[in-house]
Amino acid sequence: MAILTDIVIPGLLLGGIFALVSVGLSLQYGVARVLNVAHGEFIMVGAFVTFWLLNSVNLNPLVSLVVSAPLVFVLGLILHTTLFRRLMDTSPSLDIFEGRSMLASFGLLYVVQNIARIIWGSSPHNVLFLNRSVTSAQIPLNRLVALAVVIVVGVIFYFFLAWTRLGKAIRASAQDPTTAGLMGVNIHTVLAICFGLGLAMAGIAGTLITTLFSIDTAMGLQYTVIAMIVVVLGGLGSISGAMIGGVILGLVSSLVTYFQPSWTNIAYYVIFVALLLARPKGIMGKA
Amino acid sequence: MKTAITKNKPGGVAAVLRSSQLASLALLLVIFVVVGLVPTMTQGYVVTLISYMLRYAILALAWMIFSGPTGYMSLATAAFYGLGFYMAAIFSGRMPFPVIVIVAGVVGFLVALGVGGLTLRLKGVYFAIFTFALVLLVQSVVLEVERLVTHTRGRFVQTTSVSTAYYAMFVVLVLTVVVGVLIRRSRYGLALQSIGEYEEAAAHSGINVVRTKVLTFAVTAVFMGMAGAVFATQRTYIDPYIAFDLNQSFLPVVMAMFGGMGLLMGPVIGAALFTEIQEQLQTRFPNVFLLIVGAVLILAIVFMPNGILGLAQQAWGKIRGRRTARRVGVETGGG
Repeated sequence: MAILTDIVIPGLLLGGIFALVSVGLSLQYGVARVLNVAHGEFIMVGAFVTFWLLNSVNLNPLVSLVVSAPLVFVLGLILHTTLFRRLMDTSPSLDIFEGRSMLASFGLLYVVQNIARIIWGSSPHNVLFLNRSVTSAQIPLNRLVALAVVIVVGVIFYFFLAWTRLGKAIRASAQDPTTAGLMGVNIHTVLAICFGLGLAMAGIAGTLITTLFSIDTAMGLQYTVIAMIVVVLGGLGSISGAMIGGVILGLVSSLVTYFQPSWTNIAYYVIFVALLLARPKGIMGKA
Repeated sequence: MKTAITKNKPGGVAAVLRSSQLASLALLLVIFVVVGLVPTMTQGYVVTLISYMLRYAILALAWMIFSGPTGYMSLATAAFYGLGFYMAAIFSGRMPFPVIVIVAGVVGFLVALGVGGLTLRLKGVYFAIFTFALVLLVQSVVLEVERLVTHTRGRFVQTTSVSTAYYAMFVVLVLTVVVGVLIRRSRYGLALQSIGEYEEAAAHSGINVVRTKVLTFAVTAVFMGMAGAVFATQRTYIDPYIAFDLNQSFLPVVMAMFGGMGLLMGPVIGAALFTEIQEQLQTRFPNVFLLIVGAVLILAIVFMPNGILGLAQQAWGKIRGRRTARRVGVETGGG
């Protein structure tokens, strides 16, 4: 019973957040082919927008989702249309584009992080919203709320991909951008939207993280690393893989933290390395 | 002098190439001598600045020797570089300085051999992600070892004088350049190039793909480790966060691209210029320095994807093209 309440449930709750972070990265790489090293920075932006709204107009963090997500989405659209589209047009091959866009996103990491530091400073903030436990199992309410939000976002996104015309266009572009373009899909718009949606998920995750953990302007990289591990774990570009990978990593994190908290990072990498060597295409990856 | 690879070009061009090769060799010699004499001429900041440039030149060049032709984007530079830091810290005072540098190189080589053997079958972006994570893995492991085994946090390094470090860097850079030239001019370099172009075809034409990749990766790690060991003596204190810093993986890549990856000269030029830009920004705008570095990086990738050398070649091509066009015009007119 102790195992269930101390390891499994917190692991699943944490895994939800990891999954959300990773689905965003997976979307950016799987469709827009940008391995966004700055992904975590947009989590930080989402977190600080939430923090700022809470402090200035006392806005409920859950309500601020409707601000942070669209804001980061628009940022993503702008970035893709100005920066990554240009890179894509000037790169001779997809491999070269992937390399260049990764380096450009590294530059972006510097830019975003330092702008944030200038605006919000570098000291950590503790918001901790709804931090009271419910039920006898001592599960904090904020974690349950976060998981609920993750599930809602996941379900909406799934139906968006499965049922809408734009969702179909995104799936087609992920499979074969050239052919999708020939079939009348406006490939540039679709890629920009995917990149933006990926960032929007980072923004949502940022808002949720504000309610759970302490935040600071240098927090981005740790989430980027987690997202990368999860995405490789699940299979690059696979949305369902990223979900499953997120949950697995959440459980691992919770398990290792239970026994030896300072080994969590090492455990992440060991799993990561083992998986890359055993099955580099990931759990749900194809070919 | 025996030229290892003669490309099938008409005799006239080959002659021109040879004389231009001689010229660039002479230029290189002059640069070497001047750079080698700097500490005897001035002291203080200039020497430090140039030794920073030399350090990044080593890292960028070593990175390019492997990643340039093969197209495998390695982000493990900081891992080998950081191991060099730790070798310098562990053996400082116990061994003479040159031995420490060599040990750091050997450790870099062995670790890279292991890592490369395990991971170089990963393709493209997986390799990049793996090497990215490797730096953080080594960092976490060293942190834990320090916490549990040695009960320390960070270490002190016995410092050497600025000019000793300068000359050590210089020697390592010369070694890197020599190895870079040798690899490029040999069958080995051609093998690397063909791996980058079409790995399966390379394997089918009799190249031992795995051995070629792993060995080159390990050889370049030697110089990264050495550079780390030398640079560590310039700071008295190191800890895992300083030693295994992801920036040291990305910056060499950026510098190599900034300079241009067509020639071995490119990364060296890129490292020198980028270090200077960084230093200038850091002193003038300490608060927004990294912000501007990021912006410069993005602009460089967008507007000069082939680097400074690429721009120069483009400009030279235009001038030459115009000249050739004129000559062709005269010939057809006269004939």
